[in-house]
Amino acid sequence: MSRLFLILALLFASLGLSVPSMAQDGPLRITITDGVIEPLPFAVPTFVARNSAANDIAQDITRVIAADLTNTGLFREIPQDAHIARVSSFDSTVQWSDWKAINAQALITGSVLVEGDGRLVVQFRLFDVFSEAPLGEGLQFVGTADGWRRMAHKVADAAYSRITGEGPYFDSRVVFVAETGPKNARQKRLAVMDYDGANVQYLTSSDSIVLAPRFSPDGSQIIYTSYASGFPRVTILDVASLGRRTVGDSNANMSFAPRFSPDGSRAVYSAEVAGNTDIYLLNIASGQSTRLTTEPSIETAPSFSPDGSRIVFESDRSGAPQIYVMSAGGGSASRISFGEGRYGTPVWSPRGDLVAFTKQNRGRFHIGVMRIDGSEERLLTGAFLDEGPTWAPNGRVVMFTRESPGAQGAPALYSVDITGRNLQRAATPAAASDPNWGPLLK
Amino acid sequence: MMKFQAFLVVWALVLAGCAGGPFGGGGDDAGAVDLNASGAGAGAGDFTPGGPNDPSSVAYFQQTVGDRVLFAVDQSNLTPEGRSALTRQAQWLTANPGYTALIEGHADEQGTREYNLALGGRRANAARDFLVSQGVSAARLRTISYGKERPIQVCSTEACYSQNRRAVTVLAAGAGV
Repeated sequence: MSRLFLILALLFASLGLSVPSMAQDGPLRITITDGVIEPLPFAVPTFVARNSAANDIAQDITRVIAADLTNTGLFREIPQDAHIARVSSFDSTVQWSDWKAINAQALITGSVLVEGDGRLVVQFRLFDVFSEAPLGEGLQFVGTADGWRRMAHKVADAAYSRITGEGPYFDSRVVFVAETGPKNARQKRLAVMDYDGANVQYLTSSDSIVLAPRFSPDGSQIIYTSYASGFPRVTILDVASLGRRTVGDSNANMSFAPRFSPDGSRAVYSAEVAGNTDIYLLNIASGQSTRLTTEPSIETAPSFSPDGSRIVFESDRSGAPQIYVMSAGGGSASRISFGEGRYGTPVWSPRGDLVAFTKQNRGRFHIGVMRIDGSEERLLTGAFLDEGPTWAPNGRVVMFTRESPGAQGAPALYSVDITGRNLQRAATPAAASDPNWGPLLK
Repeated sequence: MMKFQAFLVVWALVLAGCAGGPFGGGGDDAGAVDLNASGAGAGAGDFTPGGPNDPSSVAYFQQTVGDRVLFAVDQSNLTPEGRSALTRQAQWLTANPGYTALIEGHADEQGTREYNLALGGRRANAARDFLVSQGVSAARLRTISYGKERPIQVCSTEACYSQNRRAVTVLAAGAGV
């Protein structure tokens, strides 16, 4: 139960903002393109502890900020032992020449205070060293002490967004399936973690199979497939109470592959009746389902467009699995995938411009992206078995499952930039699959 | 302690897989026969009720009748061998009306999780439809798909994949709905 309270504390930690006056944008900028870029060198001296109680946490926060930025592949940290200037006060004058001498193009400074009631106050500023100017306004975050990682992610998000012009994504969580046991008797349970693998919490026991969890748009619920009844059933779990309920068409033999609509009022899923799998739309409030496809082929893996008006899905109506787009009310569908191989698990990007997918071709699996009209297909990965992409809240990064082959094979979570660069394995404590990236936390 | 708990969970899964939820055999253990105990050691003439030489036993159904049919890559069409096996299963089920069956559809690991669940559904249903066409009451049969979640062979080559693309008829005591 203590874990549950920890989730609540993390989700609802107050993060009030105050804004000291600062100058406007300088020229410091990374434009993310397909070309190879040189990571931007930055310096982040350990945040100044404003009282002794803040000493350790100031160190920890600084390391998380540096890790967030470095792990994007877009930034390179200049080690602290190379720093010339020493920052002893948050308000002291920046020694521009000292930072220029070590070629720090961006400088992040900050302070940490632990108040009498245990609350944490984190302040930070971002500077463009070669313009000798602040980049954006200084920020202050206030929260409970156990939310310190979130505050670090908020600082890194602000720095990342100001320098790249992209939306933030570090202060977010990922729900996934934690796996243990041998390949022919895997035990699976739902788990959530911070985007960087920290703070793993388990949400279900492993007494029945669970598959492909997805967050609701506000992160308060998770919809997934559970075998708890003996048969695969779409199930909704409330993150705060861990209460579960089965939803979807009860006449179906099985229901699976659910995903919420962008406003959270509906969900799409697949249901199988007499061997035929089609896509259904669930009204969450009424519990009523409407059938959206009626083909005798397999229709599955549906995903809404960000405006909720359309659904991208997978169908083998042409003879092999391909990607199609239809209205959110059903009706005729347009095929958008025409390359060599089999396409599945399409997921509409939060920006609306791209679909991420799994592609199976010539004995290998790939994660790729294409535009909504099917043009500009780009494969980001290739391996024995990659599948099930999910988008970071800013639409810049996808996370997916990579499974290794053989009797000892096991799945792990990986992420990759949509340029195809910066492939990284997420630090989960054990085997993991079916990640779903939740919303940016408030 | 941890190991023991893990064993219990695995065993519970095995039982769940055999007995099949709503069609479960209740307290009757017919649906959860221990394959090792009813083993191959029983020679001709060693007749034990419920053993592999008892034609009305679950072990006989599994070992002699044949409880599974295999499929080609990405296919749910029954092969000639599959039809033969299902014909024998239908005859056995007709002769032993005290059993229901849960038909499990499975896929190999070459495919996405969602598609393989749907494909396993197709395979289980193909087997079910054939049994019904041979006179088995539909009320005695139910299907489930495990997709690629429960391979029986764990290597990543066709030798294993061909065994994993299967529909398995799992018996449970009961007269059906």
